[in-house]
Amino acid sequence: MSVTRATLIKDLRLEWRSKDAINSMLFFSLLVVVVFSFSFDPIAEESRRIAGGLIWVAFLFASVVALNQTWARELRNQVLDAYRVSPAPANSLFIAKALGNFIFVCVLEAVMAPLFVVFYNLRALGPAYQLLIVAPLGTWALVVNGTFFAALSIRTRAREIMLPLLLFPISIPAILGMVSATTAILSGENSARFYIVLLAVYDVVFTIACLALFETILHAE
Amino acid sequence: MNSGATHSSPIVVVTDLIKQFGRFAALRGVTAEFAAGKMYGILGDNGAGKTTLLRTMAGLNHPTHGTVAILGQTKLREVCGMIGYMAHPSLLYDEMSGMENLRYFGQLYGIGDEESCRSAIRAVALDPDLERPVGQYSQGMRQRMSLARALLNDPKILLLDEPFSNVDLRSAREMVALLAKMRDAGKTIFVVTHQASLLEGAADEFVWMEAGRIVSRTQTFEQVTSETSGAGR
Amino acid sequence: MKKIFPILGIITLALLSYALYEALVAAPTERTMGDVQRIFYYHVPSAWTAFLLFFLNFVASIQYLVRRKPGADRVANWIVLAIAAATCIAAYVVPLPEGVEKSSVATTGIAIAGIYFLIRKLFPGERADILAVVTAEVGVVFCTIVLITGPLWARPVWGIWWAPGDIRLTSTLVLWLIYIAYLMLRKFSSGGNTALIAAVLAVFGALDVPLVYFSIWFFRTQHPQPVIGGGGSIDPRMMQVLLINWLAFMCFAYLVSWSRFRLEVLKRDVEQAQGLQELMETRAR
Repeated sequence: MSVTRATLIKDLRLEWRSKDAINSMLFFSLLVVVVFSFSFDPIAEESRRIAGGLIWVAFLFASVVALNQTWARELRNQVLDAYRVSPAPANSLFIAKALGNFIFVCVLEAVMAPLFVVFYNLRALGPAYQLLIVAPLGTWALVVNGTFFAALSIRTRAREIMLPLLLFPISIPAILGMVSATTAILSGENSARFYIVLLAVYDVVFTIACLALFETILHAE
Repeated sequence: MNSGATHSSPIVVVTDLIKQFGRFAALRGVTAEFAAGKMYGILGDNGAGKTTLLRTMAGLNHPTHGTVAILGQTKLREVCGMIGYMAHPSLLYDEMSGMENLRYFGQLYGIGDEESCRSAIRAVALDPDLERPVGQYSQGMRQRMSLARALLNDPKILLLDEPFSNVDLRSAREMVALLAKMRDAGKTIFVVTHQASLLEGAADEFVWMEAGRIVSRTQTFEQVTSETSGAGR
Repeated sequence: MKKIFPILGIITLALLSYALYEALVAAPTERTMGDVQRIFYYHVPSAWTAFLLFFLNFVASIQYLVRRKPGADRVANWIVLAIAAATCIAAYVVPLPEGVEKSSVATTGIAIAGIYFLIRKLFPGERADILAVVTAEVGVVFCTIVLITGPLWARPVWGIWWAPGDIRLTSTLVLWLIYIAYLMLRKFSSGGNTALIAAVLAVFGALDVPLVYFSIWFFRTQHPQPVIGGGGSIDPRMMQVLLINWLAFMCFAYLVSWSRFRLEVLKRDVEQAQGLQELMETRAR
């Protein structure tokens, strides 16, 4: 536990100091929102229907940019070797990295969501409080697998493209859940409850899978 | 061949170690025993397998065949807390200061107190209060800080891969003196280096590797130089 | 082994020809859809074959992972037996959805366990990884056929190329995407860990599939969509043609997989022999 906490604090501190990743990601997110607002006319009534999908696609692309640099600092100067040589448990590193990414992507979402509301004149016709449940569940679904696949991609040649290649197919149920839940809440037409359960199940299943297999991945050569 | 280890069992036992990367065989059957409390210089040309041997001992590479037993244990994860590893990359975060780095890596070993970190830094003749990030250190300072990180958990065995490369002569000699002191205190030290002359007088044994095998083990450096010039084909 | 191959080849060719005749000529014409429906005899057997191959890939990947630690292997055996037992019991105790036979559920449970232990016996050590590669590659081919024949069938009959809510077609698409990613991971992997990371991905993929299925299933109940491929019962004569085609496809898949398997075994043997030779020779300075 102390290893997890120490790693998380170290990552947050390092990111706070340099702010490279967060700045470029915030700007990228803004660009994505603007591009979408040109591509999909915000005035039309359809916008409320597709806003649920749009916002999560924007989050997805922004989080891939974040996830790709998960292990960048550890690969410089081979710091990962120092970790592998130490008795620290692999899962502590994983949880710390996943939580760090989670915080990161939540910050991005907190910036992008109001922009979407503004550009698309969004109003939630359904129970808006449910969005506060859907967002973390959906974000964790992307982040937990993303952190794991980022570690897998380290051992491949085309590292940056490998991550989305692996992540997107596996995330399809989660994406469907997030988008449908958000659309249901915004349009007020359906209940988002099933999708919330789906996201929760997805999160549990894949968190367990990641924790079970991360040690194997880290300590392979 | 093995001098003076009759009173205790060898601390590191390598048995018929073979390591293949695809078709390339980096280690072709290395068998050796290493006694505790000695400093071993591992020498050889590029591609001889020195780094691979060290990394296998550290548990970073997995043998294709054969075993490495450290402190009697072939499952190296069990004894990794007693091993210190240092390589040519610094294994440190460039954006943090020396103390911050060591405080973090200390956590990985369960070391929570400031004083251990400070004394490790002082031991390599660096200033613990230096706020400068490690990325801005000179190469010599960075190597020394990397050594401090390897020493943090007070390991019984030190595995050092090219610790003196790009280090100025005076710092290198100071590092060797420090290593000799640690060896006298009971640590077992393995140094892979191209600069064998630095270990002259300090190392207990020189292990010469060639093409993935150990070809000779000698007590003194003169013997090494005579072997190499004599064996040159 | 080598002698049987040409014989099997001839049998497969004969079966495929016969199946082709049956599907295109002999089978009765469908009432509403007409002759276009005959693509069904290629669409469905390809799907069944692909799913079977992907299932074998999943089993092979699990085998590869659990074999790394002897304790894990034993635990996995017990888990598989427990799943089979639970399925058999559940088949007779739990009320099943309409149209699902108790005996077929129980048989499926036993078959799964049977396949697991059969693969464990027949593909020891590294061969599990070779099986994984082979089944992934051949499975992707058959899956591609499903994804091509699906829209080709849908367009003239239902007027649309694709319906995202169509649970079977969309699940197949996701499965195809996962295995393309799997093959790309294998191709781009650097270093000696290809088998391991591919096996890990296969496990993730397998965990994903039921979730894909349920997410689309619920999506459909909220957004009613046309069901491509129709539901309901099949004329027994058509079922016969379907099964003949499936048998032919399975034989073909077996032949192709077997050749690929032998190719991969030879390739690895050569690499190993080269490695051994490298090991033995002392390099002159």
